[in-house]
Amino acid sequence: MIDKNDKSAIIRMFHVHKNYGSKKALININLDVSKNEFLFITGPSGAGKSTLLKLLYLGEPVSEGQILIDGMNLSRISRKRIPLLRRKLGIIFQDYKLIPTKTVFDNVALVLEAMGKKRRFVQKKVNSVLRMVGMEKRFNALPQSLSGGEQQRIAVARAVVGMPKIILADEPTGSLDPESAGTVFDLLKGFHARGGTLLVATHDQELIRKTGCRAIHLKEGRQIK
Amino acid sequence: MILFFKRAIQDIRTNKFLNAVTIITIFLSILIVSTIVLFFLNANDYMSSWKKGIRIIAYLKPDIVEPQKRAHSPLLAAGLASESKNSKLPYGRRFPAASSGELQPNLVDIKNRIQGLYGVAEARFISKEEAMKRLREQMKRQSSLLDGLKENPLPDAFEIRLTGQFPNSERIENLAVQIESLPEIDDVEYGRRWIGRFVKLFDLFRLTGYAMSGIFFIAAVFIVANTIRLVIYSRREEIEIMRLVGATDRFIKTPFYIEAIIQSALGGIIGLAALFAVYIYISTNVEQGLSSDLLHVRFLSLRQSSTIILCSMLVGWLGCFISLRQFLKE
Repeated sequence: MIDKNDKSAIIRMFHVHKNYGSKKALININLDVSKNEFLFITGPSGAGKSTLLKLLYLGEPVSEGQILIDGMNLSRISRKRIPLLRRKLGIIFQDYKLIPTKTVFDNVALVLEAMGKKRRFVQKKVNSVLRMVGMEKRFNALPQSLSGGEQQRIAVARAVVGMPKIILADEPTGSLDPESAGTVFDLLKGFHARGGTLLVATHDQELIRKTGCRAIHLKEGRQIK
Repeated sequence: MILFFKRAIQDIRTNKFLNAVTIITIFLSILIVSTIVLFFLNANDYMSSWKKGIRIIAYLKPDIVEPQKRAHSPLLAAGLASESKNSKLPYGRRFPAASSGELQPNLVDIKNRIQGLYGVAEARFISKEEAMKRLREQMKRQSSLLDGLKENPLPDAFEIRLTGQFPNSERIENLAVQIESLPEIDDVEYGRRWIGRFVKLFDLFRLTGYAMSGIFFIAAVFIVANTIRLVIYSRREEIEIMRLVGATDRFIKTPFYIEAIIQSALGGIIGLAALFAVYIYISTNVEQGLSSDLLHVRFLSLRQSSTIILCSMLVGWLGCFISLRQFLKE
């Protein structure tokens, strides 16, 4: 169970740097994210928003500095424990990253299967999450037969089905029409309302203004505010 | 485990083309390897049957057979009674002729001592008269040359047949030395050079068989590894997504191993079935046209076939192991 009153930091970044060869993608990032916080990471394209999220789910290793997520030090984590870290996270990508050869149901069920959950539990939980995102009737469809908005709703369903503590969303509404974007955003707000922590990378200033949540701004890899 | 099996079967169905390529690759590899195995197996049979034809002749000292007994014994005087009946039989089938009961006691004793040595299948006494008779038969028209002889210069001897398990010339030589050391034996003859060459040739042949099977096994592993790598590469995005949602390496790898084992078992079975079809064709069309003594091809036994299928599964597993290890490290 998530304690909504516990406001201690669930993510801590200390002097984090990320270099790609001689190019500096992130420079001296210091950040604390509290439990149940809804945090936006903003900035223009190439500012380092996606890179910052990648460091959090260990899609890339940090070049310098330390990151702590729910007590796990990412610099010292063993290869075997990376899946355990990722099970604490639900990740939403701008390009959805759904497996094209698997049905909607199988794409969502994959998370619970990877966690070793029993078949009956998987069936029940996936159906309930698909109902929540309004995709229960398309459970047997393949991703390519769905619209962008529908695919992103499946991606959200996949991110929340494992009941993670944190959701990392990289431009979740970036390629969607306003109506679909609104639906996806409502789903994320629902996760937050249930006590989850959210980090959303976006350049949509209107979205940030509407929610009134904290935002950090990145420019050329540096944290501005 | 049921989940992994389900996923493996589902993946095979989804990626039909690449899976078919993998099965065909394994099928061809197994067909080549099992053809080599079958060839060497049959060749080994022939060589073993030739080896059974190896004989040692042990010549007795002149005074071992007593002259009076020679004169009174119809067996010694005219060769073996049953020999004349068997003389037209192939060389290797002449043995059951003499019964030791008809030999004089000291010859029975020598025979028993020779037969007691390791590697001896049978020892048969050849009297000097029988040897002369054989020589006459072999010389045919020139046999009149022997008429001028006042007395038979040939020695009495024992013809010794070896068991099939005598693979090297050193062991044959050791046996020959043991026989020669018997006090009644004057000399031993066994075609030392010929046997040496034959056994060396046989060993070389067998070594070539092992080496070729080994090379083809390794080649098959690498071919299969590369084909499986293609399958993995085509599914790299899926693997990446699985990792991102918290799947362990075991969760990702297990269905691939199951797939590889199913594919390689299928490839192995199809390969053996194709070889069996060729074998049936050869045995019904080619073998009938040749003397059955000259060419009798036998197929792999059930045990050998099962071993080949197991090896095929091992090839698939190894290929998958190599590919996955490299891929997941990246």
